[in-house]
Amino acid sequence: MNRKVLIPIASIIVFIGFVLLKLDWDGADRTHELWEALEVTAGGFLTLMIFSFLYKDNAFYKFAEHLYVGISAAYWMCVGFWSNLAQQAIPHLSQSLSEALGQPFLGYIWHYWIPVALGLILLTRLLPESMKIGWISKWTLAFIVASTAGLFITANLQANFIAQIASTMSLPLLPDWTGFGDFLSNFDLSYEGQFVKMFSNWVIIIGVISGLVYFFFSKEHTGWFGRVSRLGIWVLMVTFGAAFGYTVMGRVSLLVGRLTFLFRDWAGVIG
Amino acid sequence: MSQPNQNSPFCKIFPTLLSALFLFTILASSPKTLFAQDAETSVIDSTLENLVPIPARPANVKAKDHVYDIGEKVDVSWELSPDDTTGLRNVVGYIISRRLDTASDFDSVGAVFSRIASLTDIGLTKGESYQYAVTAYTSAGAVSETSVSNSVTTEQEWFDGDKFWQVLLLVIIAGSVAYFIYHAKKGKPMFLRKIAGLQAVEEAIGRATEMGRPILFIPGIHDMDDVQTIAGMTILAKVAKQVAEYESRIFVPTRASLAMTAARETVREAYMTAGRIDAYRSDDIYYVTDEQFGYVAAVNGIMTRDKPATCFYLGAFFAESLILAETGNSIGAIQIAGTAMPAQLPFFVAACDYTLIGEELFAASAYLSEDPKQMGSLKGQDVGKVVAMAAILIGAVLATLGSEEGMNIETFNSAFHAFWGVFGGGE
Repeated sequence: MNRKVLIPIASIIVFIGFVLLKLDWDGADRTHELWEALEVTAGGFLTLMIFSFLYKDNAFYKFAEHLYVGISAAYWMCVGFWSNLAQQAIPHLSQSLSEALGQPFLGYIWHYWIPVALGLILLTRLLPESMKIGWISKWTLAFIVASTAGLFITANLQANFIAQIASTMSLPLLPDWTGFGDFLSNFDLSYEGQFVKMFSNWVIIIGVISGLVYFFFSKEHTGWFGRVSRLGIWVLMVTFGAAFGYTVMGRVSLLVGRLTFLFRDWAGVIG
Repeated sequence: MSQPNQNSPFCKIFPTLLSALFLFTILASSPKTLFAQDAETSVIDSTLENLVPIPARPANVKAKDHVYDIGEKVDVSWELSPDDTTGLRNVVGYIISRRLDTASDFDSVGAVFSRIASLTDIGLTKGESYQYAVTAYTSAGAVSETSVSNSVTTEQEWFDGDKFWQVLLLVIIAGSVAYFIYHAKKGKPMFLRKIAGLQAVEEAIGRATEMGRPILFIPGIHDMDDVQTIAGMTILAKVAKQVAEYESRIFVPTRASLAMTAARETVREAYMTAGRIDAYRSDDIYYVTDEQFGYVAAVNGIMTRDKPATCFYLGAFFAESLILAETGNSIGAIQIAGTAMPAQLPFFVAACDYTLIGEELFAASAYLSEDPKQMGSLKGQDVGKVVAMAAILIGAVLATLGSEEGMNIETFNSAFHAFWGVFGGGE
């Protein structure tokens, strides 16, 4: 028998075998137990299929990939239809359509026609090119880009610019300073110590300013400007290094979660 | 009101027990029963009055419409009870209640600790009139008489005056951008420093052409409402033009349907500009799925099956960044990435040949497009960086001299707080 036929048949047999193994034969509700066994086994199989990509691209990975893409694309289309059209637009535009979709009519509001019109304009690109009307779909794109830029400009200015400046400028270069004599006599390398606070503030202020210099585009990075810029990229790389380690730890916890599913929920080898 | 002998043991224990009972009564009852005084609580109150010192009531309660809001806030202030900081000193807080002008009962809206003489009530309805009542209470559960405020009507203001400085900064930066765009449009040469990743774009496309393999372009996983996606599209225009000129092939799988529409439009125009519209294939630019990891699984499949010689990742990325870059690395592709997502940059730096860090992504789109608007805009943004650097330096010096954490020199204290306040500090 051809491998292309044999492998799927063998896989289905193994899958059914695992479902039967997972099935709780003493359970009161057989249908529920069967669904649960199917769900957990399918989850385990699909996890292993995706993991198989670590070895190389293969038929099992392709199957899981296409299943995932197909189901999720359909799911998001339904979510888009129901959450935007059926639950938001139509209940404000048409009583009969709302009732047909099983949604309560929330009262007619004329400006809900604007997104509907923009949506229809976007669809003009699907019309035959001979009609030469597809260009009008750019209006919707322009509307989205421009309105988003306008809406977010103040929020971004506040969060990414002003708040950052405020946080950095409030750091004193000489924290808790009462004189050089006191500084020397109370010299301490602990986290709460004056020296560490001072060092930390200097690092942040110099780091931020040199980082800003690196992102200066309208001046050649040569001479002292280039040296400060080089310091800026060093600061960025050190930050990236720390962030890398931090994020990897988060990813490892995700892996642990998946392995827990495989070994506890599916295989049942750990308690 | 008669005062009991407070030195007797009975009076030391009994008020505590009775206070617990009273507090339980307050918590168990609805706020308005505090003021309604039904028969049961009246009995307890009258008993308490004989045993627990009742604080004097707060005076001069004033309600004022909050300025610079949308008509949803009222500022309530009062004079502290004479038994708060002086007198019996038994006040532990104040209960603030509110009623509509047309209503008869007050409903509790909040409480503050002792020594606090104001509260901003939020979540009100524009154009309604409200009245407030303030009552002092003690740890023993005794409450003072209630003082009632004037009536206040909430109003909406057109502008938020608290954001004056923010607007001024916006005007400075936007003004600089407009100024430099104007000059760029008039043909004034605009210098932009070289960006390493961009120098490699042409070389990477040439390599793909020589190898006879396609180019993969991922414009991030966000939709067209993200400025990073827009920057990615601008770079796509330049890349697609070169691809068309070199007679190579480009794949653009997208996660968002609108991004697909924009990408198709961008690539089509690029092919037209290059005079190769016949080579344009709309099916090479396609929507995959909105599901983040479904999209990643599909892109990984495309990479391993079509083996693109060059991969571009330019836009907004999240957890998929390393998965994509690692797969690209495993197939031996030249990889050029760029994002403004700080958490993903380390992964691109580690796994890609070139990475456009943060604002370099936006600069790249200006650099490649050579559009005067974008070039001028970039130069204008540099003015913003100068403002930021100057503000940080001035602020740090003032913080050193005038902040409580620094030298705390009185002369500089107000200067520091005023300057810090401009940037919203200390709020």
